[in-house]
Amino acid sequence: MTNHYIDLKNSDVILIMGSNAAENHPIAFKWIMRAKDAGARVIHVDPRYTRTSARCDYHVPIRSGTDIAFLGGMINYIIEGNKFFRDYVVNYTNASFLVNPDFSFKDGLFSGYDAKKRTYNKDTWTFQKDENGVPLKDPTLKHPQCVFQLLKRHYSRYTLDKVSSITGVSKENLLKVYEEYSATGAPDKAGTECYALGWTHHTSGSQNIRTMAIIQLLLGNMGIAGGGINALRGEPNVQGSTDHCILYGNLPGYLKMPNASLAKLEEYLKKNTPTSNDPQSANYYQNYPNFFVSWLKSLYGDAATPENGFGYSWLPKLDDGKHYSQLHLFDRMYEGGIKGLFAHGTDPAVSSPNTNKTRKALEKLDWLVCANIFDNETASFWFGPGVDPKQIKTEVFLLPAAATMEKEGSQSNSGRWVQWKYKAATPPGDAISCGDIQIRMMDAIKALYAKEGGPNAESILNLKWDYKDRQGNMDVLKVAKQINGHWEADVEVVDAGEKKLFKKGGLVPTFGMLRSDGSTSCGNWIMSGSFGADGENKMARRGKDDPTGLGLYPNWSFAWPVNRRIIYNRASCDIYGRPYNPKRKLLEWTGEKWVGDVPDGPWPPMADKEKGKYPFIMKSDGVASLFGPAMAEGPFPEHYEPLEGPLAKNPLSSQLINPTIEIFSSDLDQVANASEKFPYVCTTYSCTEHWCSGALTRWQAWLLEMQPELYVEIGEELARELEIANGSKVKVSSARGEAKCIAMVTKRFRPFTIEGRTVHQVGLPFNYGWLYPEDGSDSTNFLTPSVGDANTFCPEYKAFMVNVTRI
Amino acid sequence: MKKTEYIKLIDTTRCTACRGCQVACKQWNEMPASRTRNFGSYQNPPDLQWNTWTLIRFQEYADKNGDFKWLFRKDGCMHCTEAACIKVCPSGALYHTDYGTVALNRSACIGCKACVSACPFDIPRYNQATDKIYKCDLCYTRLHEGQKPACVLSCPTGAITIGEKKAMIEAAYNRVDKLDGKATVYGDKFVGGTHVMYILSENPAAYDKLPSNPKVPASVILWKNLFKPFTLIGMGAVAGMAALHYLIKGPHEVHEKKEGGEHDV
Repeated sequence: MTNHYIDLKNSDVILIMGSNAAENHPIAFKWIMRAKDAGARVIHVDPRYTRTSARCDYHVPIRSGTDIAFLGGMINYIIEGNKFFRDYVVNYTNASFLVNPDFSFKDGLFSGYDAKKRTYNKDTWTFQKDENGVPLKDPTLKHPQCVFQLLKRHYSRYTLDKVSSITGVSKENLLKVYEEYSATGAPDKAGTECYALGWTHHTSGSQNIRTMAIIQLLLGNMGIAGGGINALRGEPNVQGSTDHCILYGNLPGYLKMPNASLAKLEEYLKKNTPTSNDPQSANYYQNYPNFFVSWLKSLYGDAATPENGFGYSWLPKLDDGKHYSQLHLFDRMYEGGIKGLFAHGTDPAVSSPNTNKTRKALEKLDWLVCANIFDNETASFWFGPGVDPKQIKTEVFLLPAAATMEKEGSQSNSGRWVQWKYKAATPPGDAISCGDIQIRMMDAIKALYAKEGGPNAESILNLKWDYKDRQGNMDVLKVAKQINGHWEADVEVVDAGEKKLFKKGGLVPTFGMLRSDGSTSCGNWIMSGSFGADGENKMARRGKDDPTGLGLYPNWSFAWPVNRRIIYNRASCDIYGRPYNPKRKLLEWTGEKWVGDVPDGPWPPMADKEKGKYPFIMKSDGVASLFGPAMAEGPFPEHYEPLEGPLAKNPLSSQLINPTIEIFSSDLDQVANASEKFPYVCTTYSCTEHWCSGALTRWQAWLLEMQPELYVEIGEELARELEIANGSKVKVSSARGEAKCIAMVTKRFRPFTIEGRTVHQVGLPFNYGWLYPEDGSDSTNFLTPSVGDANTFCPEYKAFMVNVTRI
Repeated sequence: MKKTEYIKLIDTTRCTACRGCQVACKQWNEMPASRTRNFGSYQNPPDLQWNTWTLIRFQEYADKNGDFKWLFRKDGCMHCTEAACIKVCPSGALYHTDYGTVALNRSACIGCKACVSACPFDIPRYNQATDKIYKCDLCYTRLHEGQKPACVLSCPTGAITIGEKKAMIEAAYNRVDKLDGKATVYGDKFVGGTHVMYILSENPAAYDKLPSNPKVPASVILWKNLFKPFTLIGMGAVAGMAALHYLIKGPHEVHEKKEGGEHDV
């Protein structure tokens, strides 16, 4: 979240799209209801009428996988209707920047496309610069090559007729949402967006979110109370996991995993440290070397020295051009290229797409180590349905793990609040925390390497690994302090004109003091400051004071970065630092300092040409990106059909599907696009009563009682056509597999009219597996394809094609 | 000493049907789950049971204009002031607490099922295995300790609240004033007023299994005034039961049949 849960109450219009907030984030809905009580409008755009829709002002049905078309139409409406917040757009975005004249967009492709590699050469996705290397701008936004005009041209193709025909949303409904939401472009109005897996689970996932980011920037909704783009993340500590680099391309704090071609530290730092020649751009990532070297110091301790590049060469590297997502992992495993797998706190035999492929891939392993609080379908794959245990060579270990309430530590919510929690109960039997499992395992591995040596032994033997208490168990406070960071030498720092001496071994107060000379260590720079230099665990703070009245609660837990509750908050004020909305004063420049939330840097507002800085300090140009060249698919989001859809042709261009997604080609990666055999659009989701693959909740009798088995929701019209009775057994099948389940015939799915013909959509929850309940159902993911977003490889669970038959 | 009379207010316009209340109720009252099947609805168990004292009813409803609504109603004991169940209970197991709520002393229950037939809201459920009646007692033990009932505590959106009678009735009407025209307050106009009230977004008639004008059955009034005093004094339970069955054999079904195939998990 750019904002945080409580801040939802400050909104005037809440667009819930790509999320079933009431069912999957019930507590978030508390704050949405508060907004509603205060007069906010709440809109739900979703393929299915859900428990969320029931509590919104209205629900707008949309065909799965067409969000960019819907939102692109809104961009067009905002620009054509002059509904955008001009002051904000001119000053705080790159709308005025002049783009390279060689940049182009034709028939669904941007300049630089390499069809063979399915990637772009981004050389033309750049700005024109002056003699000092500063981007050229036209603040009137009239120059034909400025970002604003290119944006306008790009989305002029997203007419109401076109968008309605693609999405299946009536023109009346499109206009209703566009009009209501774009009204938040007024300086004293706030609109927010809540999304979740309904946006990320697409081959266009990242671009779905970016399209909304463009809308929020056009309307001046970023950096303000009641605004922002708000990913509702889950109870599995998704926020904490990503902050601490669960994704293969990241290191802690979203630092970049190095590539093999960057052999030396200097090369790596040069590649990843952005530069700006604009004196008013803070370009905060110029501090990248401080964050990265401090992280290396936390990893290798005293062994990391300037002479050995702080151990950079010991880090594993990604092969250039190769990806290591879960999709790639299972593809490679299926090919026989992976020998062993650790599956801790995960149940891929249910949760990964294309279950037939996933389970076959597990059979290719020599060994599999699972750690979980219950047995699950992954640990038990070797005796699953249709599997002959005698034919399985994989040796499987299942380690009993402690549940979340059985251990102390931090948990991060979507609002970036890192909240400390205590152990409530002792884990049963031999169960220990996953941290302890890893510590014991790494101790054994280190001992083995010390004794026998082996490839890359240095990277293991030099690992600093002092996270144990006197009993030899994991000491979470030691881990937390290392994440915050230590001084590795006595250092004198001039802070606010005052000389301060910091002693070796003390805690670093904030990431602004991290250094690239080896005198600091920090396990995760964005978390620096979470443990006070005086030893106060700020994550454990529970102060309930609310000085701004906006629900920021600055003394409750720690929010990264530097306890900032709403990021980009300097954009809530005009260029002189006066709040755009005096009723919701998030921040204000007094002439000497910022008052309110923790500002994005101490500098004066940008009207001060000497000392002032632009508000988006993490962007190298200091402003937000309407034109976003970092994306794989292009700097402007474009609608492409899902890998599997009902259409043989994309109504907007000759590019049917996202031109940059990777297509997997094993014999089990079957695709049936626009096929008569699989005529219905299908989507998958979770329900309130279960959690993820259900590996934890299916064992809970009270929850299972409420949602006992797999069902498919089918609209009444389609059920009539197929003569399917409510509550009867049916088979849902795709080109990859099938799922037997109960038909839930409902008014909540309605047929769409797409390109002039009727298209039905159905949907299933993904919370079931064969292991338990015993007479229940198996994974929904037998149906889903192994394909993912081109930037993140997040699988496309939300849009594919199926058939439904009676059994 | 008469304690504060409480009302639990269920605002259906704030309910997201997350069913936290349904689980919290089972947890606090230590009621087991049943092994259910999906019968084509989110609603599960399909109905109240001896081990399910509160249940969210899910109802797909189109109003007169064809506007679709998904209605959620938390069903459970209404805790009537003129409580038919108490009037017919020959053993005194059912009684009014000092909070105005209807509690059940299960050890005194003789399993006669008179309350099952008498309840205008179809709430009490009979368990064959124990030969006893079960229903919500509005978490009497929690109220006694100054705690909110489990369902109230679990509700994330504030759809279930509890408070002093007068204030809650006032709150209900204030809320309805802010909602659109069809919204109504339900519970204060019949059976002497109930201690569970609803804010309904639709007319009461729109809701499944919710009587628009619930009444204590005439037969129950007759029973109470003519016969019950004698049963308590000297008629004996057997004769009393026979008289009662004769009097109130009405439209209500006893539910043991529905629960027949289920077992505890």
